[in-house]
Order: sequence, then structure tokens, then C-alpha cells
Amino acid sequence: MKCRVCRGPAIIDVRRQNANYCVEHFLRMCRDQVSKAIEQFEMLEANERALVAVSGGKDSLAVWDLLVDAGYKADGLYVDLGIDGYSAASGACARRFAAERGFTLREIALPGDYGYDVPTGARAARRTPCSACGLSKRHLFDRAALDGGYDVVITGHNLDDEAAVLFGNVLRWQTDYLGRQLPVLPARNGFPRKVKPLVRLSERETAAYCILRGIDYIVDECPLASGNRHLTYKKAMNDIELQSPGTKLDFYFGFLARASGLFRPEAEAEQEDLNPCATCGAPTPGAICAFCRLVERAGGVLPRSSSASATPVTLLARPAASTGPGEVRA
Amino acid sequence: MRPGWAHRHIGSGSRPGPCTFFWVKILLRNPRRELEVAGPVSVVTLLNRLDLNRESVLVIRGGTIIPGDEVLVDSDSIEIRPVISGGSG
Repeated sequence: MKCRVCRGPAIIDVRRQNANYCVEHFLRMCRDQVSKAIEQFEMLEANERALVAVSGGKDSLAVWDLLVDAGYKADGLYVDLGIDGYSAASGACARRFAAERGFTLREIALPGDYGYDVPTGARAARRTPCSACGLSKRHLFDRAALDGGYDVVITGHNLDDEAAVLFGNVLRWQTDYLGRQLPVLPARNGFPRKVKPLVRLSERETAAYCILRGIDYIVDECPLASGNRHLTYKKAMNDIELQSPGTKLDFYFGFLARASGLFRPEAEAEQEDLNPCATCGAPTPGAICAFCRLVERAGGVLPRSSSASATPVTLLARPAASTGPGEVRA
Repeated sequence: MRPGWAHRHIGSGSRPGPCTFFWVKILLRNPRRELEVAGPVSVVTLLNRLDLNRESVLVIRGGTIIPGDEVLVDSDSIEIRPVISGGSG
């Protein structure tokens, strides 16, 4: 196998591009794809402050590394979900990554700051663990970004994530979700802008990027995610991709180009009927937002009404010149 | 694992006496387990025999990725790392 760029020995194939790459040119391809996504979808400007949703996994650490490498100002936020045998290890990966690079990592701990963990929250709210986890993280990342004065929230969703979610939404014709499945969700009605710079990279490529960059991410799967529907969709998509390379990219980007707009009016109409949550002030279609309902059912500590101190944030590591809210722990 | 292919789980017994195979040590993840297979064998052939989708894994030797046409031989020790992550993000 030879690198398509330099004809030297290749270490990885990217079959949807019908290409092989050496280390140097694979890393350059990853950077180019992220730059292309940022430009194509007008994700962020050079002078904006970004908050990266960090899990300690390959995607969030890769996107953080890629953004800072490209010159963007990006801090990280890690949410400790209180999952036994997993959260401690994922948090350690996030902290080590930030400390080694002098990046600013903030942290929220569900058990310590809100009095519940994901397994408890899921049981109490009668949600799947992944649903309780996603709900908690979305709320907390939004709040932390707004409270911290960040312009945009960055998530590590990659091409496989987006193709699998799209596959699931199409199978069930969840048209409201289809209308919101975009690489950029603009800021509106109390939500910060959210962007996905990895949508042009598969998760095999983000994992390879981490290995080649020496990024020590958590490889073990979340024990609560095992067997979930999302993984089933990913397996199905990869089975198709194996036979027909490029299918995931064509499926997702074809949707964005040709079908996404058809579902947007429905999604936008839903966004117009939002009120401030009576408890925390976050936008919600009802009186109390889903996050506060989950916290209440789990017997946790309800967040206070919207203010600069509504989200407890601990600053774990930061460069010497940086300033920001929260206690310096290390 | 496809049937009829020379392999063994580590700890399942001692290596047979005079042997015509080379043995490649493999670390698999999620769940973590170890395996030895007969070599020489190419990475692509190995993944096919293990019924692993090459879109879903990376093969790592000595801290770096190795390509599908690499031939694994005796004394090689590799990790087959799954790249599919779980929740919806």
C-alpha cells in the first residue's frame, strides 16, 4: 500500500476516497476535512471562543486537538456522569489530555454538583441510560457555554454518528428530529450555537488520528451503552459501507443537500413555542424543563434560576495566562 | 471466528509440540480477551477470519497502525481495537 500523496509506505486506507495514506498525509487529510467542514457550514470564526464537550473518548479529544491545532480558542468541559467503573477512567483521560497540552478543562460532576448519577437518573425518569445521559449533557453544556460567555459549543459527532442517527430517524420517520439534524444548530431562544466539525471524518479516522497523535483516549465502551439501538444502526451502516464504500458519506451529505430543508419548518415551529423553565430558566416547551424534571425525580439538587452561577463549574487545568470562573483544583 | 481455522485462546492449554504454524498474539477489546492465531497471515485475511468488519476496527502493532496488506508473522503481537463508540454522541 502506498500513500496517495507521496507514494511512501501507507499505514491506513480510506476506502470511500479510494486512497491510502502515510502518517503525515493522513493527519493532513484529517485537518483538511475539518477545515472544509468548518468553512462549508460556516461553523465558527477565528476569534470566537469555543467550548468543547469532552467525554475522554476519541472524538471529543480529537476535535479539541484539531481545533487548537488550527488556531481556534477552545476550552473543554467534562461532565462526570457518575457511572461506576467508567467515569473515573474517562475523566482521567480528559484531564491528562488537557494537562499535557496546557488546555483549559472545566468540569461538572453530576453526583457532586446535582446529587444524582446517570443510572439513578435513568431509573427515576424511566428513560434509557443513554437518554438520561444525553439529556443531562445537552443541558449542562448549553448552560455552561452561556454562563461562561462562549460563542459556540463544539461536539465530537462524526460521520458515523450522523449517518447512524439519520438512519434511525428515517426508519421511524421522526420528522421533527430530521429537521434538526444539522452540522450547525444556530444560537436561538436561549440555546448556544452548536457545531460538529468532525462530520466529514469517520470514527475509524478519528480513532486513527488519536493513535497517530499519541492521544490516550478511553477505549473501553460505556457499560450502559452496550446493545443500544444506536450501535445497532452503526453496525448496519458499516455492513453496507464494507460492500459499498462511500455510502455513509453519500447518505448523510445527500440528506443535507436534498432533503433536510423539507423537514426544517416543522422543527423551527417547535422551537418558537419555548418558555423559560420555572426552575432554571432554560428554554422549554413546558413549565419545567426535562433536565429539572429528571433531577427532581432522581432526588437530586435542582439548579437555580438562570444566572452566571447557575452551572457549577470547576476549573481543572488551564494555561497560566487564562482566566475564568471556578475554582482551580490542579 | 470461522470454524476450522487454527487458533487458540490464551490460557486454554499448552502449545502443541512440533508445530508447522507461527503464532500471532492478538489483543481484542470490548470485551478484553487474548487470542493466538496461526501465521503468517495478512491483516485483511485475519479480520475476515475473525468475522470483523474492517470499517469497525484498527489494527495496532508497536503503538502504530498497520495497513491491511501487512503480513503478520511469529512473534508479532497486535491489538485489534474497535472504533465504534456507544451512546448517541
